[in-house]
Amino acid sequence: MLGRLSWAAIPLDQPLPLYAMGVVGIVILVVLGIVTVKGWWPYLWREWITSVDHKRIGVMYVILGLVMLLRGYSDAIMMRTQQAIAVGDAQGYLPPDHYDQIFSAHGTIMIFFVAMPLVIGLMNFVVPLQLGVRDVAFPTLNSVSFWLTATGSLLINVSLVIGSFSRASWWGYPPLSELAFSPDEGVDYYLWSLQISGIGTLLTGVNFVTTILKLRAPGMLYFRMPVFCWTALAANMLIVAAFPVLTATFAMLLLDRYLGMHFFTNEAGGNQMMYANLFWAWGHPEVYILVLPAFGVFSEVAATFSGKGLFSYRSMVWATLGICILSFMVWLHHFFTMGAGADVNSVFGIMSSIIAVPTGAKVFNWLFTVFGGRIVFTTPILFLIGFMITFVLGGLTGVLLAVPPVDFVLHNSAFLVAHFHHVIIGGVVFGALAGINYWFPKAFGFTLDEGWGKASFWCWLIGFYLAFMPLYVLGLMGMTRRLQHISDPSWQPLLLVAEAGAIVIFLGILCQIVQLYVSIRTRESRRDLTGDPWNARTLEWATSSPPPAYNFAVLPSVETIDAFWEMKRKGLAAAEPAYQAIEMPRNSPIGIVIAFFAFFVGFSLIWQIWWIVILGLLAIAITILVFGWSEDREREIPASQIARMERARLGLGRPA
Amino acid sequence: MQSVDRLLDDRTPGVEHEESTANVLSYTTGLGLAVLLTVASFVVAQTNLLWPPGIPVGLIVLAFAQIGVHLVFFLHLGSGPDHTNNILALAFGVLIVFLVIVGSIWIIANLNWNMMEMPH
Amino acid sequence: MTIATVDFVPTELARGRGGGGPAPTRTVVAYGFWIFLLSDFVLFSGLFAAYAVLSDNTAGGPTGAELFNLRSVFIETMCLLFSSYACGLGALSAERRRLGHFYISAVFTFGLGAAFLCIEISEFAGMVSKGDGPSRSAFLSAFFTLVGTHGAHVTAGLIWFIYMVAQVAAKGFRPHVLRRHLCFSLFWHALDIVWVGVFTLVYLMGAR
Repeated sequence: MLGRLSWAAIPLDQPLPLYAMGVVGIVILVVLGIVTVKGWWPYLWREWITSVDHKRIGVMYVILGLVMLLRGYSDAIMMRTQQAIAVGDAQGYLPPDHYDQIFSAHGTIMIFFVAMPLVIGLMNFVVPLQLGVRDVAFPTLNSVSFWLTATGSLLINVSLVIGSFSRASWWGYPPLSELAFSPDEGVDYYLWSLQISGIGTLLTGVNFVTTILKLRAPGMLYFRMPVFCWTALAANMLIVAAFPVLTATFAMLLLDRYLGMHFFTNEAGGNQMMYANLFWAWGHPEVYILVLPAFGVFSEVAATFSGKGLFSYRSMVWATLGICILSFMVWLHHFFTMGAGADVNSVFGIMSSIIAVPTGAKVFNWLFTVFGGRIVFTTPILFLIGFMITFVLGGLTGVLLAVPPVDFVLHNSAFLVAHFHHVIIGGVVFGALAGINYWFPKAFGFTLDEGWGKASFWCWLIGFYLAFMPLYVLGLMGMTRRLQHISDPSWQPLLLVAEAGAIVIFLGILCQIVQLYVSIRTRESRRDLTGDPWNARTLEWATSSPPPAYNFAVLPSVETIDAFWEMKRKGLAAAEPAYQAIEMPRNSPIGIVIAFFAFFVGFSLIWQIWWIVILGLLAIAITILVFGWSEDREREIPASQIARMERARLGLGRPA
Repeated sequence: MQSVDRLLDDRTPGVEHEESTANVLSYTTGLGLAVLLTVASFVVAQTNLLWPPGIPVGLIVLAFAQIGVHLVFFLHLGSGPDHTNNILALAFGVLIVFLVIVGSIWIIANLNWNMMEMPH
Repeated sequence: MTIATVDFVPTELARGRGGGGPAPTRTVVAYGFWIFLLSDFVLFSGLFAAYAVLSDNTAGGPTGAELFNLRSVFIETMCLLFSSYACGLGALSAERRRLGHFYISAVFTFGLGAAFLCIEISEFAGMVSKGDGPSRSAFLSAFFTLVGTHGAHVTAGLIWFIYMVAQVAAKGFRPHVLRRHLCFSLFWHALDIVWVGVFTLVYLMGAR
């Protein structure tokens, strides 16, 4: 009746997950309680849950990413602590089975449910505004994408309380991830939650490639688009190109596990190396999906806070496209040691070194942008400076690892762990935090508190170096990754330094939480009344903060790069344009409805409750068919209402 | 508005507005070519008409030709400026497909060679 | 989605350089679906790659040469090709608002597609009943998954097609119905393209 689900799935004998889930459960209940008591459900349903507005969906993605950062970070600090104390005779507090689940969950959550949502959230919010249009190409699909990602995230969180998670790392290599060696539900949680959110991500890729190529304001030629939109285009092209490979790979592993096939099994001719090959054919483009939008954020931040246009726009664009194409030609460097031999290894080693070239060109462009500018030292530009130092150093360690003989010594060592955290934190996390600080006033109408923002930056920067520099040394000393117990006591001092770093980063996260709290409490003193608090250059700053649902009453006519800067330079139009009625898509519950059924389908596939699977799939199919039959999916905002909203906005003191 | 759309618009793959009857010709030509290429593939595969070691290459060439026929005659993909986006997207897709398939074959062939059992 | 009223857009902004403002809905939808189809091609490439790599791993079981019946593959191929042709003619009928022609081509599109599926299912059933199912060897796993995924796409397409014809019958050739039919046509032709790859790489090369 309930497949292999039973009461034994709840880990009553394991205090840590129970305690964690108890705390989370109480928080959830309190939040739900407050929302209910204050009567906010209709507002939430109407304005957020069923919204197809890219701005709302973007904010929800970022919230999802930040909330999951807390879980991913808890995993991190648990691992750091275990490694700091479990040296020699001490066994630490995390048994190996737990530790394995924690490092698997940490990687999976951080990549798929923190970094991806943060990056996709920023792209969602910013790209249509920067392109001077009203929304993405497929707004309802956008909502479906978000809610499917949320479902995937929910499934992973449920794995903490019902059953256990995968112990096969965030890659899920066979044969460990096959039935023979992971017969329980853990790997299935991993696979299904990622397949479901993967559909959402792929649809986002389709949505944004179409939006950027087909929906821009009149006059916005390709080479007049903001660089953030170019990086978003490159990242979404990579999503469309890479995620299907992951879907196919996971599907093959699922077929092995569920239908007894032999793609990657030890017997009947399976080839485990093919999994590694296909996984990383997705995996390398994935890191560029994460970092390219971060590069875009930094391009915008550098230009705005130096008061200068971006240096060498064209070479930035070509470098971005170059990185996009090259990122699909380096994937073997993730498994140099698997044994492909010198010919293959040298080709991919050389390609991996080559990809550093356009990246270096971008770094020089940022430097030359900032050079000679009138720098305003806000939180975003601190993150930019921190990024330029940190990412370059991290990238250099990557170029070291790209040399196959070096990689033979350092593959899967702590050195590698330090390298990828170096570039991901220095690049993606700093980029996301810079972007959040930069665009927060646009989204919510008031700036974030600068003091706490700077404090969080310094904690992240110092904490990062404390946490990861020791790992480089440890890697060179021979420490591998994923160790639950340390046998060499000479490593402990460095691990204690790393633990200290983890605590400092935790303080940085606390600073961010305080920053949010303080900013909301004191928001009136930091209201953005002009829509352009930073004296910026691109079109999103030409709207009010927050922008109206339709973004622009009349789509701007673009004549140059940095269209808004040009508009300010020439003086904004004094005459009121002739307002026309605007058709906007209606809200739709289809996103959350599909995601709701998808959750039960996923959960039931994991626990092998086949009748719920069938019913759930039928429900999704019926939902789609019913939605496909409906007609009235747009609503008209009458010209009079637009005129009223625009006059109110202009009356609030926009510069003439 | 319709004419402005046509002036400014990129063409989509697939059928366009206001096509003339020549389009039935396009589909029929495509069908004819595709049938020919299919028959040719089956013949090449099952006889020795082609030099046997060259049969795989011959089949691949015929397959590419037939895919081209589909793209041009059924999907109406062209080469004018209106089609730039469609062709670029297709080119990108073809590149990725090539890298995944050929890359995997090359890599796994090398891995398999190195994993071969030692003679004993 | 509203297009801004543009009184005049200089032609240098127009063709191919993308300065003409937001594209019309039909273009946006068709291009988006084209991008989705390209992602589907990449999905198939992963399965093709797995097949290529595993096709010799027969684990003592049967090889392609022993299993494949090239005559029924040829008939399948012709069915799908002519179904694609009928679909194309159906698209023309839709553009010209010829309902009768549309229904006739719909019958052939569906019928030939269903015939393809029947042949494929009977091939699969035959193999499974002899014990040569997907769990027999890596080669068979890859074969069934690659060809089966294509077949699943065809099945989904047929269901979608019935829904499309129902929409045409109920609502007529409205713009959004035509847009969806355009997407279906793209999908159906794309599946035939994938099949060219399948019968060449799997059946013809495998049967040697």
